[in-house]
Amino acid sequence: MSDLSNATPAPLGGAASGTPAVEMDGIVKTFGPVTANAGATLSVGAGEIHALVGENGAGKSTLMRVLGGGFAPDAGTVRVLGRDVTGWSTQDAIRAGVGIVHQHFMLVPTLTVAENVVLGSEPRRGLQLDGRRALDEVRALSERSGLRVPADRTVAELSVGEAQRVEILKTLYRGARILVLDEPTAVLSPPEVEELWTVLRRMRGEGATIVIITHKLDEVMAISDRITVMRHGRTVERLATADTTPTEIARAMVGRDVVLPSFTSDAVKAAGEGALQVRDLTVRDARGVTVVDSVSFDVAPGEILGIAGVEGNGQTELLEALAGLRAAVGGVVRIDGRDVGGTSVRRRADAGLSHIPEDRHRRGLILDYSVADNLVLGQQHHFARRGVMDRAAVARNAAEKVAAFDIRPPSAALPARALSGGNQQKIVIAREMGRDFRVLLAAQPTRGVDVGAIEFIHGQLREARAAGKAVLLVSADLQEVLALADRVAVMYGGRFVAVLPRAAASEEVLGRYMTGAQPRNDA
Amino acid sequence: MTTTALPASEPRPRGAVRAALEETLLPPVVALLIALVIGDLLILAFGQSPAAVYRLLLEGTWGNAYGLGQVLYKTTTLTFTGLAVAIGLRAGVFNIGAESQLAAGGCAAALVGLALPAGVPGLLAVPLCIAAAALGGGAVGAVPGVLKAKFGAHEVIVTIMLNFVVLALLNWFVASKLHVPETLHTPEIHTGAVPRLSDAAAAFHGSAANATLAVALLAAVAMGFYLFRTRRGYELRAVGLQPDAAEYGGVSAGGVWIRALMLSGAIAGVGGINYVLGYKHYYEEGFAGGAGFLGIAVALVGRNHPGGVVLAALLFATLSQGGLAIHALVPKQMVEVFQAVVILAVAVSVPEVRRVLLSARRVQA
Amino acid sequence: MKRLFILVGVLLAAHLGLLLAHRGGAAAETGTGPSVGVVFDVGGRGDKSFNDGAYLGGTRAARTLGARVRFIEPGEGSDREAGLRLLAAEGSDLVLGVGFIFTDDLTGLAREYPKVHFAGVDYALQTDAAGNVVPPPSNLSALKFREEEGSFLVGAIAALAGGSKKVGFVGGMDIPLIHKFEAGYRAGVMHVCPDCEVLVGYAGVTPEAFRNPGKGKEIALSQYQAGVHVIFHASGSTGLGVFEAARQTGHYAIGVDADQWAEAPGHVMTSMVKGVDPAVFDAIKRVKDGDFTGGVRSFGLAEDGVGYVYDEHNRALIPDAVRARVEQLRREIIAGRIKVPSTR
Repeated sequence: MSDLSNATPAPLGGAASGTPAVEMDGIVKTFGPVTANAGATLSVGAGEIHALVGENGAGKSTLMRVLGGGFAPDAGTVRVLGRDVTGWSTQDAIRAGVGIVHQHFMLVPTLTVAENVVLGSEPRRGLQLDGRRALDEVRALSERSGLRVPADRTVAELSVGEAQRVEILKTLYRGARILVLDEPTAVLSPPEVEELWTVLRRMRGEGATIVIITHKLDEVMAISDRITVMRHGRTVERLATADTTPTEIARAMVGRDVVLPSFTSDAVKAAGEGALQVRDLTVRDARGVTVVDSVSFDVAPGEILGIAGVEGNGQTELLEALAGLRAAVGGVVRIDGRDVGGTSVRRRADAGLSHIPEDRHRRGLILDYSVADNLVLGQQHHFARRGVMDRAAVARNAAEKVAAFDIRPPSAALPARALSGGNQQKIVIAREMGRDFRVLLAAQPTRGVDVGAIEFIHGQLREARAAGKAVLLVSADLQEVLALADRVAVMYGGRFVAVLPRAAASEEVLGRYMTGAQPRNDA
Repeated sequence: MTTTALPASEPRPRGAVRAALEETLLPPVVALLIALVIGDLLILAFGQSPAAVYRLLLEGTWGNAYGLGQVLYKTTTLTFTGLAVAIGLRAGVFNIGAESQLAAGGCAAALVGLALPAGVPGLLAVPLCIAAAALGGGAVGAVPGVLKAKFGAHEVIVTIMLNFVVLALLNWFVASKLHVPETLHTPEIHTGAVPRLSDAAAAFHGSAANATLAVALLAAVAMGFYLFRTRRGYELRAVGLQPDAAEYGGVSAGGVWIRALMLSGAIAGVGGINYVLGYKHYYEEGFAGGAGFLGIAVALVGRNHPGGVVLAALLFATLSQGGLAIHALVPKQMVEVFQAVVILAVAVSVPEVRRVLLSARRVQA
Repeated sequence: MKRLFILVGVLLAAHLGLLLAHRGGAAAETGTGPSVGVVFDVGGRGDKSFNDGAYLGGTRAARTLGARVRFIEPGEGSDREAGLRLLAAEGSDLVLGVGFIFTDDLTGLAREYPKVHFAGVDYALQTDAAGNVVPPPSNLSALKFREEEGSFLVGAIAALAGGSKKVGFVGGMDIPLIHKFEAGYRAGVMHVCPDCEVLVGYAGVTPEAFRNPGKGKEIALSQYQAGVHVIFHASGSTGLGVFEAARQTGHYAIGVDADQWAEAPGHVMTSMVKGVDPAVFDAIKRVKDGDFTGGVRSFGLAEDGVGYVYDEHNRALIPDAVRARVEQLRREIIAGRIKVPSTR
């Protein structure tokens, strides 16, 4: 396994003859009374990039787990390179060169990149890990595949994009020639996405077969050769990318027509006092590195200020500092003219600050709490009388929000964990936007949610603007920023390197600023 | 995950009740059955009849008033230490120090009982002793809390070390200042003794069960109310589940840790009155006898729920007392092995059973 | 989910099957002699001295006197009383508690069950407010040992056979019970060697001091360093550290309670043995013979309740002249010509 030659994508034996690399037919997989896959089919030609699309819960991930040996199907057959492998194990799949890169990374943060990559098939010297050789091998593999990673740093120090590259490297190291990527771009910035596309195309050129799960239609159009659309556990459409349009794919996914995001300019903002005023805000991380470098800006009532930028350029820390979750070393933050610098999270919330955090699983929700309890998180002091929670008020609040924000299933007693990603995000949105607020911090508000939910969330953000709220939007999805923001700021290296009016911002322009290519420009 | 199988609007009240029942009952039932089967094999390995051993065990515990009284006495202490560990775990902190907190509480209660003159009525003396016990245990619990919140010191290490320090200090203190010659205990307290169960029902004569049991049950109810009905409880559990999300929700994790460990220590400390006010009426070195450590198992088996803790305490108390009764047939070590088997069975099967149940439910949702 | 119910069914079936697998009743106790119950201290069994001595006495009585003996080892403090009470309530003829910690419980139960005989090894006599010794109840026999007499003899051996003017003593917990050992030992040393020096170390002031071999080794090493050749320990398993130090430095140690030669063969000069075994046997025999009486029963050199080991193993370590001198001392103590102090 540790033999490096394994990692080189070798020409596939059966590819030339036209045998599909993956052929899944009539896959049924049930969990208890519920059917995740109800006769799904998938045919991936050797050496192609195949997009598997569908809403959250359409059964894409289950289908890929079946392919990767994670689940045995209840019915149906799985063929890899013409061989019937139905019901094989994860180990079998890895041995046969099927590698899966999961949406949630499975890396050991305290180990180095090289150690993570070789974990499970380590080069050894005697009984010990041969660290030198691991490092060399991983560097060589990184070089050859174009997946640039700092092989000697620990994973904890990496950005999400880098961590993802490590995940891919890991499967390549084990000799994967059929690669499945589960929503790989959810955490990447546009330049990182471009880089990923380059790597994937290169791998395809060397004969690898790639299945990519996504629900971002522009990505489907950009990278894939063919498309399989799933809905409700079934395969509903198989398309050649060249012959289709995003609208057609979206209709197949949702089963109805969808309005795709595009900028709609509502009549905007009475200019004047910023509802959110930030002056010279400076934040240092635990190691003393300046991560937000004297940033100043205003967000006016009725305005959406979008922040674009490659992840890890201080957006996270900026928002945490604004929310009171992270101490600032200098600067002023005013909400509606009131200085809230140095005050607690609760004070700021009471001053009219709402916050949709970027990571709903870590920050935004308590997954084991019920939907109802999650709907009061951060507001619990308003739902208590003399220290005792007012359960009736909590229930009333939950009933209202579940109905108003169409949270499904409409049962407030379920733990948040049991809901789909899109509905989990709706809980956060309902809580933060369903109360009286002045300023909204929205970080990656549509990350990992499906097309229908994106439409809904974008609608909510626009409504907030129309209602005169100030919205600070941070998103790794440039299209989202461009679809919503009235002004766009670009963050690079902890600074605002550009603040552009929407009319002057385009993906191309922003992309250049995001890589730090251009000096500061005035807006 | 998928909306395929169920129409979203279908109301499921009956299903929900059933699911809740299954989730509550199935895991412990599976765990107990696993433990019983392994217990059977153990007993057979000693060449004895499982049926005979279990019969003897039940006769010696629930089969007569004295045995039952002993079970209740042990249940009392274990309830306190189990609750103490449970409230810590609910806040995401692992208090291994219940053993020394229990001893500190008992010692504090004994000191107050000795300091008060004999004439002080019980109605005044008992609450004072309880308060002292809570303070004693709480003070010991506060140390790891503050060290964790302020300096990031890991509470497991601090509480383990404190066990040594506190027990050694208490023993030194009693041995050098207070003890009755040729014994390891203090003189008897002058006031503050609580009535024995046998005072009310003569059948319990000789057993150590006493009114502290009521205090333990009250503590369980109070803790349940605190955890599940109050804002502080909401915040405490939030920190235990997801500290980052709790901070996002305006809760200071450090503050919760201090509060939780203080409460934990105080609850364990009050457990000391079971022995000091209820049984022997003096503080004796080593009276905790491992009850603090067993509290970890009780909390684990009781799934950190006050009601579960009481039941788990009852189970372990029964095993402990039953162990004496079956001594004639199987060695004491077998009972200890059996206790360990119960803990392991619960630790392994409860999350596993819950996972199966939950994944089935999640797919439904 | 269905699988879970199947699992429950399978487990239930297995359990019921195993319950029926062995249909024998409880093993009947055999023997026609008195029924005797012995309660050890928490964690006592297996100490190779004190508790095991009681076990030996009990089993010997079962063998030779036909006594039906039950042993109980409590799991925690409150089980001491529970164990005694269980045995008393079952109508045992004799209930025996091993260790001074049983004193209070034995006293209380003896009053509650006047028809049952009780005995306490190392029973601690209480004094009332005026300082007078409170006699134990009439159905309770306090089995006490004059450890100071045995310690006196091993003190003499240490001084005579050690070859150094310095001798060592390592105690466990710093309490009067252990001071008895120290006092007797010191008196023995001084009796044969007035210009000798006794180095004394205690492992602590808590019961933990009886279970701390590391501490024992530390004290012993420093005493050997200071010129001591022989150390007498009265410190439970802390003494294991003393033996270890003796073996490591090539010096000698003196064991306690039981013959501890095996702990460090060649380095155990002798052991001060305490006859728990005969004392327990004696108590059972008295019950069988119907002449059991309450009160203090003291075992010293005269009753063979204490002594020192002199056998084929350690004969080479104790010169004949020393042996003769020590035997002479024994006779003088029995005759009352030497008074051995029991307090320091």
